[in-house]
Order: sequence, then C-alpha cells, then structure tokens
Amino acid sequence: MSEPLLRVEDLCVSFRTDSGIVRAVDCVSLHVNQGETLAIVGESGSGKSVTALSIMGLVGDSGKINQGRILFDGVDLVALRESAMRKIRGNRIAMIFQEPMSSLNPVLTIGKQVAEPIWLHRKKSWTQAYAEAAELLAKVRIPDARSRLDDYPHHFSGGMRQRVMIAMALACQPKLIIADEPTTALDVTVQAQILALLKDLTRETNAALILITHDLGVVARYADRVAVMYGGRIAETASAADLYANPRHPYTVGLMRSIPSLTSDAGSRLYAIRGQPPDLANLPTGCAFAPRCEWAKDICLRSPPSL
Amino acid sequence: MQAYVIRRLLALIPTLIFASLIVFVSMRLIPGDVIDMMLAQNDISTAQDRDAIEAALGLNKPVFMQYFDWIYGVVQGDLGHSLWRNTPVTEQLAESMPITFELGFLALIVALTVALPIGVYSAIRQDTTGDYVTRSFSLLMLAIPGFWLGTLVMVFPSVWWRWSPEIEYVGFFEDPVRNLTHMIVPAILLGLAMSAVTMRMTRTMMLEVMRQDYIRTARAKGLSERMLVVRHGLRNSLIPVVTLIGLQAPLLIGGAVIFEQIFVVPGMGLLLLEAVSQRDYPVISGVFLVVGFGVLLINLLVDLSYGWLDPKVRHQ
Repeated sequence: MSEPLLRVEDLCVSFRTDSGIVRAVDCVSLHVNQGETLAIVGESGSGKSVTALSIMGLVGDSGKINQGRILFDGVDLVALRESAMRKIRGNRIAMIFQEPMSSLNPVLTIGKQVAEPIWLHRKKSWTQAYAEAAELLAKVRIPDARSRLDDYPHHFSGGMRQRVMIAMALACQPKLIIADEPTTALDVTVQAQILALLKDLTRETNAALILITHDLGVVARYADRVAVMYGGRIAETASAADLYANPRHPYTVGLMRSIPSLTSDAGSRLYAIRGQPPDLANLPTGCAFAPRCEWAKDICLRSPPSL
Repeated sequence: MQAYVIRRLLALIPTLIFASLIVFVSMRLIPGDVIDMMLAQNDISTAQDRDAIEAALGLNKPVFMQYFDWIYGVVQGDLGHSLWRNTPVTEQLAESMPITFELGFLALIVALTVALPIGVYSAIRQDTTGDYVTRSFSLLMLAIPGFWLGTLVMVFPSVWWRWSPEIEYVGFFEDPVRNLTHMIVPAILLGLAMSAVTMRMTRTMMLEVMRQDYIRTARAKGLSERMLVVRHGLRNSLIPVVTLIGLQAPLLIGGAVIFEQIFVVPGMGLLLLEAVSQRDYPVISGVFLVVGFGVLLINLLVDLSYGWLDPKVRHQ
C-alpha cells in the first residue's frame, strides 16, 4: 500500500499548567489514508483533541510538541515554520470544532467568513470568493444560500451554524478534514444529518476525515478505522468492523459494554467502567488503565502489556 | 431607527431640565452673590444701590420666577445676558463653544491614537517588557493630576530651554498652524489622561476576545496573527471601549476647564471659570446647558455606534 496521507509518529505533547507539566499526548502514532475516515475515540482528557490540534499546529503558547513527527503528504508539519504552516491550515487541512455557537465570529457576515479562506489561499477577489461561498453554502444544504451570505451567525441555529463551519472547512478542498466532536453540542435529530453530510462531502472530494468523538454509535456508522485513546495514549487501533467484533484492549471492551442495548433486560444495571479517568499530571508508571482494569496483573502496574 | 433617534432626543429634555434646575439653584446657594461683588468692585455699599442693581438685573424676583423666565427664554433660543458684560450669553457661547469642541476633538484623537494601538499591542504581547512598560505608563497618566502636569509643562521648558507653549489664541480659520501649535499641548495632556483608562480597557477586552472560539476558528483558516487581530479581534473588543469613551465625555469637559485656564484657551471652560468666580448666573446656566446637551448627545452617538459594531443590536 502507498504512503498514507497523514502519518503521526511517536507524538508527545505536554502543557504547562498550574499543577505542573501535563503530558496530554504520550507517544501517539497513527495514520490516515487518502479518502479514509479515521475515528479517534476516548473520554474527555484522553488526548484526542490535543492530537488534532497538534496536526493543525494549534497547540497554543502553553502547549509544546516534545517529540515525534507529523508527516502530511511527506512533509513533517512539526518541523515546519509558522508561515509555511499557515499556508496549509484551512487550505489543505481544515478543522471543524465542537461548539458551533461560539466558533463563528459574531460581527462578521456568514459570507465573509466562508469566503475568507478562498480569498486567503486561492488568492481570489472577494466578489469571486463570495460567489464560491454561496455555492459552498448550497452544497451543505443551507436553503436559499445566496441570500444568506449577508446574514450574521446569530440568525442561524446550531445545526445551521455547523453546516456553515463545514462549508468553511471545505472551502479550499482540503485533503484532510479534522472534525472535533462536530455534533456533541447539537440536537440528536440534527447530529445524524450533520454527520451524513460530512461523510457525503468528504467522499465526494475524496478527502480524508479524522472524526473525533466519544460516541461509539457514530464510530460504527461512519468510520473505516478506529483509534481508541486513553490517558494520552493509543489503546488500540483497528478497523471499525474488527473493533466491534473483537475488541482487544480491556478499555475498549469496557466501552462496548457501557453502551445500553435494546435487547438487555429492563431494569438491569448498565455497565460502567469503575474508577476515574487518570490524572494526566500524575500518570501511573505502568499501563494507564491498570487501576481500573478487571484483568490487571502485577506486571501491568510496572509496564504496559503489549496486546 | 429614525423613530429611535427622535425618541432618544426627546428623552434628553427632562434630563436637561433637571440638570439646569440643579445648576440654577446651587449657583444661588454659593456664598457671596453677584451684587456683593459688583458693589465691592465699585466701592459703593448703600442699601439703595443694592436694591437698584438687584432690580436692574432682575434678581429681586423669587428664584423660581427667575428660573421660569430663564426657561421661557431658552425655549425661544435666548439664554439671557451676561450680568457683567451685558452681552447675550448665546453670543459668548457661540465664540467659545467651537474652541472647546476643537480642544475636545483633538484630545479624543490623541487619546484614541495612543490607547487603541498600545492597548492591542499590550494584549497580544501579554506579560512581556513592552506590556509592562505601556501599562505602567498608562497607570502613571491615570495617577498624575492634569493641573499639575499642565503647570509643569508650562513652567519647566521655559526655565530649561527658554521655550514655552504658545499662549496667544488665534482662530483656526485665521491661521491653522498657529492655532494648532497653541492647542496641541493642552490637547495632548488632556488626551493622555483620557487614554489611560481606554488603553487598559482595550487591552482587557482584546485579551478576552483573543481567547474566544471564533478566533481559534479564524486561526485554523490560516490567517496571520495580524489579520486575526485586525479583522476578527478588534471590532469585537471595541464595543465596551466605545462605551467607555462615552462615559469619559464629562471628564473631557472637566479637563477642558483646567487646561483652558492653564494654557489660556478662550473656550467654554475658561468662560465657565470666569462666570463662576463672578457669579454670572446666566452664563453659568448657559454653559451647563450646552455641556449637558453635549454629553447626552455623545452618549446617544455611542449608543448608535453599537448598531454599527454589533450586528445583534442592529436587528433588534
């Protein structure tokens, strides 16, 4: 098989916080092939968002990529200068964020915000960029798109704003789209629409999609492959079908068992993984999951067992 | 929109009436009335003289009658006559108002050109040396009383370098250059005093805005930091800053009184100061009426500017 579109190798990211240095991402390796949908699953604080932000080069001032490489189309993004990275951001890699209500600028028109990446990266005139923005809004199925260019974000509902965000991400036909929990803040009824739309559009442009979620239902339906993250590390990676048929990591098994099932007896207690997610500032030396694991042995507390 | 402006302008009337009432009454409560001063100046002090002058100036009527007479005149555009010079108050105001307006306008320009860029700079370079220096400077400007700084600027350069600020007033349309060289020093001092608070507000708001999700979105589009600040950050952070500028309008007038006195600028501030020390009631009332109207008008403009800055306000 040819070289994947994106290959993350041994990525470590830490943050300076009040309680010391926190290793948010610890030796993470993953890859995404062209046109493929990779889901990254994990609970809050498992490092999935930070991994995504690292790919975008947006870990911020308090975060630091300590080691590892992020190879995108053969170029190491970690080593890239900020000015070169800017040419990739929004152009060849685009990101959709979790909060559609606050992710759009309240004082700029929708048209301006969607047209901006086209103007910036494609060097088109504003008039032309606006025309393309109208097409994009139509593509994400916003009714009457052309007339809505001059509207402001507060005229749109949450689901509509997320469509705008998708239009914005698609503006320059990126090779890779990262969607960080794109439907978490939305109504359940709207969630499916948005994800279907995202999937359709990425398929249409043959873009790869990294879908960050904590919803295993979403994963089963939309992902080709899955990476399960826990405590800043990848617990396991598998094709979506394999993961459901044959989960290997105890954490994955626990997650699967935590999903309520329609066939389970009424009144039966829903399974929950015991204990709390680990404190990243204070990770155990061995397997991060060991304190919560039903199959943990003494050796797990010293070094993570291989699967 | 039009209806809103008209409604707001109508709402000014009760406020102005109330303000004028306070000024009218409080002026007459100050010890030593205008008659005493006139008598003292002319070295006459008999009771007949006193009554004669009082009657001539119309001050023998009860205060509320005087007030109604005055209001009656105001409605017709007549603000009465100066008790000392016998010139119409409107005439004196017409001369001095543009001068104060010019001073205030120049000070505002100084304040904004200092406060906005420094505030933004200070925010995007948070906790660097530059940030500390500019913040300390603004605190300094906030702490130093204007009259003290004004006096220093007046005195020390003349002692050290035999240079002193221009003190002879020339109309702007007679000789713009000389006018500006005269006005620029008080305008800078007044503007710097104003800029301190504005700068701090700009910095705070900019810091707040640059943490917002939509800035992250814009950054993810590949925009440069400069574009992030100018296009996505600035307008969002300007709303409270503009409010603050409106709130500072009365400060501007208060500052004008002091700086006009120090730098001999014949504006409303100087007129007011003279009128107060001479108990020239109609002039004082006239100045306050204009100042009050001006302050309220500035605040109306501030409210209207929200519509331009914040699209949410525009559509309500």
